[in-house]
Amino acid sequence: MVVTAARTPLYEEHVRLGAQMTNFGGWAMPLQYSTIREEHRAVREAVGLFDLSHMGELRVTEESLAQRLVSRDVTRLRPGRIQYAVLCNDAGGIIDDVLVYAMRDSGYLLVVNAGNQDGDFDWIRKHAQVADAVLNVGRDWALIGVQGPRAVGLVQRLTKSKLGDVKYYAFVDGTVADVPCLISRTGYTGEDGFELFCGSADAVRLWRALLEEGRSDGIRPAGLGARDTLRLEAGMRLYGNDMDADTNPLEAGLEWTLNLDKDFIGRDAIIRNRQLGLSRSLVGFKVLDRSIPRHGYRVVSDGEEVGTVTSGNISFTLGYNIGMAYVPPAMAEPGTRLGVDVRGTAAPAEVVPLPFYKRPHPK
Amino acid sequence: MPDLSGMRFAETHEWVKQDGATATVGISEYAQSQLGDVIYLELPAVGQQLDAGARLGVIESVKAASDLYSPVAGEVTEANAELKDHPEYVNQDPYGKGWIIKLRGVKDNPKLLDQKAYEAFVEGQSH
Repeated sequence: MVVTAARTPLYEEHVRLGAQMTNFGGWAMPLQYSTIREEHRAVREAVGLFDLSHMGELRVTEESLAQRLVSRDVTRLRPGRIQYAVLCNDAGGIIDDVLVYAMRDSGYLLVVNAGNQDGDFDWIRKHAQVADAVLNVGRDWALIGVQGPRAVGLVQRLTKSKLGDVKYYAFVDGTVADVPCLISRTGYTGEDGFELFCGSADAVRLWRALLEEGRSDGIRPAGLGARDTLRLEAGMRLYGNDMDADTNPLEAGLEWTLNLDKDFIGRDAIIRNRQLGLSRSLVGFKVLDRSIPRHGYRVVSDGEEVGTVTSGNISFTLGYNIGMAYVPPAMAEPGTRLGVDVRGTAAPAEVVPLPFYKRPHPK
Repeated sequence: MPDLSGMRFAETHEWVKQDGATATVGISEYAQSQLGDVIYLELPAVGQQLDAGARLGVIESVKAASDLYSPVAGEVTEANAELKDHPEYVNQDPYGKGWIIKLRGVKDNPKLLDQKAYEAFVEGQSH
């Protein structure tokens, strides 16, 4: 069987830049252009450029529909603002984690995970009163991430919009390098920066303009490899790794994304879950030797299996190895010692607070 | 390009350079490029006896953990201690300072490929 991966409008750019490509969620995406370590460092110390066009965008025009499906009270979200939220099934399991944009011309834009976009679309449409209450606009749009301490200055040089007025988790409509964009102050790296939504046909022009203008900033194109090591340091969950349809938001440490005083699908099950008490919690941990934890490794304590690693890798910024795991709530306190079963040996680890890395405050 | 004329390769992408009954083992340029950033190696103890094709250790990159296999039979006399603090040597110089182990009492393995045959093998794999 040959499965052809979908290509973003920037596919040819990645090939031209010598990227190693990989299949992610059905999309041919750049894994790395140089090395993951160098790209990771560029984002922490300068600026990195990401093709995020594989992400899905769903336009939900019916407010009551968004309110019924999204875990947060979207009616309290002012136009131009963004919230991180989850979509749940009836049992309270997480279908996807999403960004909800309150559009100025009414309605909402949901930015969803690449591999979930068709499933999310079907799920939302199933609950719609009218057929066109949800539109899949993902193929019309490209999405480019500009992340790092020099990202804001770089984008500012290419736009007339006053970016100082665009707060974290807010957006404006404007142009960047003469390309019409939705300019969103969001990201998945733990750094300041923007995510720029533009028409697919304009993507190459915007991408090249950012690379060219960013040269003096030390910009580097960055692939999914660095995106994963960056988000892990920032304690951000990855759908499919750290949570899935069998995980509820309380276990995943996402209680802050829930407005339980309004009705949404999954709410009752989540409240019941909370009353019954959780059987596991997602925690961050650091490894105390050189072992590298990986998704699926067992967490052990006194020779017993007590949990599972969901994400793990080296932290380039911190200089030790880190991970996230589900463990019994009694073992979730920072400072708790755990073992991670690495090829039959229990590597010593310690629960630490999330996030592992917080960017320094601007001077 | 370093001189690889004396080297032979396993289909599992390790190289071996034999000098009589002693040998040095590492991984190929192709292997390091596929692994990406190497961050940790688990290497055998000195004195360990390895058969040809036996697992000699584990190499971890940011992407994944992979097994390493000994291309020839022999006794481990040294593991590259430099790699503990500089695993990136495997990426930067896989045929030089990124060497992995040294062996003695080495037995020839006729199944290994010379450079040309190995390159053809890699070419066939990547299509």
